[in-house]
Amino acid sequence: MVQFTLPKNSKPTEGRTFKAEGAKRVKNFRVYRWSPDDDKNPSIDTFEVDLDKCGPMVLDALIKIKNEVDQTLTFRRSCREGICGSCAMNIDGQNTLACTKGIDECKGDVKIYPLPSMGVIKDLVPDLTGFYAQHASIEPWLQTKSPTPEKEWKQSHDDREKLDGLYECILCACCTTSCPSYWWNGDRYLGPATLLQAYRWLADSRDEAKGERLDNLEDPFRLYRCHTIMNCAKTCPKGLNPAKAIAEIKKMMVERQA
Amino acid sequence: MSASQSYTFIDHTFDAVVVGAGGAGLRATLGCVEKGLKTANITKVFPTRSHTVAAQGGVAASLGNMGPDDWRWHMYDTVKGSDWLGDQDAIEYLCRHAPEAVYELEHFGVPFSRTEDGKIYQRPFGGMTTNFGEGIAQRTCAAADRTGHAMLHTLYGQSLRHNAEFYIEYFAIDLIMDESGVCRGVVAIDMATGEIHRFRSSLVILATGGYGRAYFSATSAHTCTGDGNAMVLRAGLPLQDMEFVQFHPTGIYGSGCLITEGSRGEGGYLVNSAGERFMERYAPSAKDLASRDVVSRAMTIEIREGRGVGPDKDHIFLHLDHLDPKILAERLPGISESARIFAGVDVTKEPIPVLPTVHYNMGGIPTNYHGQVLTLKDGNPDTVVPGLMAIGEAACVSVHGANRLGSNSLIDLVVFGRAAGIKAAELVTPGARQPEFKKGDGDNALARLDHFRNANGSTPTSVLRGRMQRVMQDDVAVFRTGETLEQGRKRIAEVHAAMPDIRVSDRSLVWNSDLIETLEFDNLIVQAIATVEGAVGRKESRGAHAREDYPDRDDENWMKHTLCWVDDKSGKPRVDYRPVHTYTMSNDIDYIKPKARVY
Repeated sequence: MVQFTLPKNSKPTEGRTFKAEGAKRVKNFRVYRWSPDDDKNPSIDTFEVDLDKCGPMVLDALIKIKNEVDQTLTFRRSCREGICGSCAMNIDGQNTLACTKGIDECKGDVKIYPLPSMGVIKDLVPDLTGFYAQHASIEPWLQTKSPTPEKEWKQSHDDREKLDGLYECILCACCTTSCPSYWWNGDRYLGPATLLQAYRWLADSRDEAKGERLDNLEDPFRLYRCHTIMNCAKTCPKGLNPAKAIAEIKKMMVERQA
Repeated sequence: MSASQSYTFIDHTFDAVVVGAGGAGLRATLGCVEKGLKTANITKVFPTRSHTVAAQGGVAASLGNMGPDDWRWHMYDTVKGSDWLGDQDAIEYLCRHAPEAVYELEHFGVPFSRTEDGKIYQRPFGGMTTNFGEGIAQRTCAAADRTGHAMLHTLYGQSLRHNAEFYIEYFAIDLIMDESGVCRGVVAIDMATGEIHRFRSSLVILATGGYGRAYFSATSAHTCTGDGNAMVLRAGLPLQDMEFVQFHPTGIYGSGCLITEGSRGEGGYLVNSAGERFMERYAPSAKDLASRDVVSRAMTIEIREGRGVGPDKDHIFLHLDHLDPKILAERLPGISESARIFAGVDVTKEPIPVLPTVHYNMGGIPTNYHGQVLTLKDGNPDTVVPGLMAIGEAACVSVHGANRLGSNSLIDLVVFGRAAGIKAAELVTPGARQPEFKKGDGDNALARLDHFRNANGSTPTSVLRGRMQRVMQDDVAVFRTGETLEQGRKRIAEVHAAMPDIRVSDRSLVWNSDLIETLEFDNLIVQAIATVEGAVGRKESRGAHAREDYPDRDDENWMKHTLCWVDDKSGKPRVDYRPVHTYTMSNDIDYIKPKARVY
């Protein structure tokens, strides 16, 4: 039976507040905290941040808090320029990258939660193991049958252009974890990021495993749980459109039956 | 040592363990798996988060898709770019094998941009010429301006294909060396659980990248802390040529985010406050496509002499607004986005504010061109350290010498990542018996971990790290003098001396990023010491090391590699030197003799 009650210890409580003494321009950062080390419920801590002494991005504020206020605040980050995908989190109600999200884009308090629907390891660090396994399941590498040429496989300008809007995916999981269909069937539905990746290889003129790739996706759950809710396209921090890629796969399915 | 009583090892045995999953680490992992070696890859971030992902402009190889090219021309350019500090046998190896390495990447599936006839698109890059310096070469193979991203994701896909065994979000703490100086394995902590894993391996391959975060402003990711370099220092081995730190001419003013040199390759140019294309004065022939060290110095001089732009006249403008918006959209979409997000600039209409920004470490772990780690022992400067290899930015082969050419780092990753796999298969028989670990093996790592886990001083790691970054930024910059370097040496020693007072607040074993950042800082500070020490010692100007008190290159006294050991406890450095290899690998090309380096 479907269980509608929240699991034990999942309801966030009001946490601590950290003042920014002497600051003139203050912004409140309301940050989800949870540690597996005790049995406590998650809490929402409030950090006042002096905007006159902080960089422009939400990640700048998180780093400032970690450096100066609470060293135990835990989050992933690396490149700080929107290409590595580490600092994906839910900011101001939307999944995005903390490093490219401007603080001034957030009205009022900045609310920061981990990516939804994934297990939480600690604070803003989600468990992406299942997400990565799904990505691996679509065999994200070039598959060819013809004899490999001595030099490069030729690909026309136009054929290469078909990969634009696909290959740029950074595997941040913003789209997948924004998808209500994935929330419901995340164990069996591959989700938008993985399907975008699947289409990236289907769309590659060099790839010669289209039939096998489509066979692998021909399943009521793996592909067809996309109901064009479009949260994926709305939330993608790189401006990609996974829903369109999924629609293209569905079209290929129809075409091969004809 | 009491610490070992409270921790237990989870033991593993492998034929090869690769530390790091960037371009070099993934390529080496693939190579080892392909040869039937039982291989583990330990990485502190999920592979596609490694900093290779941020490389933009491209990967150099003399494919000749855009016009005549020859690996010998590529070699000449690399030698000249290195200001003759590069080892020419290694440079020959790099440039000869570059084309096959790029074709291999393409066969793996990298979505390279294409020419009209469907070949890999190649763009001009700084210092890349035809016919030994005569014309401008189009040698840099590009996937728009996201080449590193395209390569890293493709290499990760390939490693999935080969079922490589990954230990993801494991942080390597220290090497296990035996009493005869052989590397026997490595100890790492699983960040998600705090469990300590001890890997016994016939071979450890360090692919841990550079240490840009020793500086305050760097294009490098937060994770670029040179962990492998520091493990090597703690193993009592030297690092090489650490004084050579590359400043990329075009980091975005303020944030330090990278704007690819490919933007100048596609026709972009720099101007000062007078609107002058000043590079024409400094490099009449190559202009904006001179070597990075040359351009960074020119920009610094312009700013110093009052011709910087902006209210504080403290940066330079990079113009792309004269380029066809279609070209910008097709070939430079990534930096157009970065410029908008981090500088609020529409590149089709306005210039980008830029500043020379720390970008790459030419120095690192000395190796030969097979990737084997070298040290100076009993007078032999090419003594191999058994069981240990290093590749990628962590290594100093040395192909980049005193200054790396743009797009030569991505090719370095794959050529030497591949070379390491080949050599590993020669050195190690799959499943070969390894000596059992002895009591105490790995205790060095436990002691280090335990020390910082319980560090109970009064100075948070971020404070000490900030101080170190400031010193490096101020005193070991684009231009150096004996005075600034002596001051830097003193101030860095003070930061090191403050380490006993360090405080780690997070006591958890689960995802304790306070502890990891502290271990990373501990790694950075010894590399900062080695960098300053090498720079103090080298009394000449060569490549990225520009001494105002010694403005000329001095081949007679200084055509040699700096080796620097740093005692972990005292922070005391010791410097020695080893000769540059003044010979090539084969008879197909003669040693390229030093001459004046003019662009």
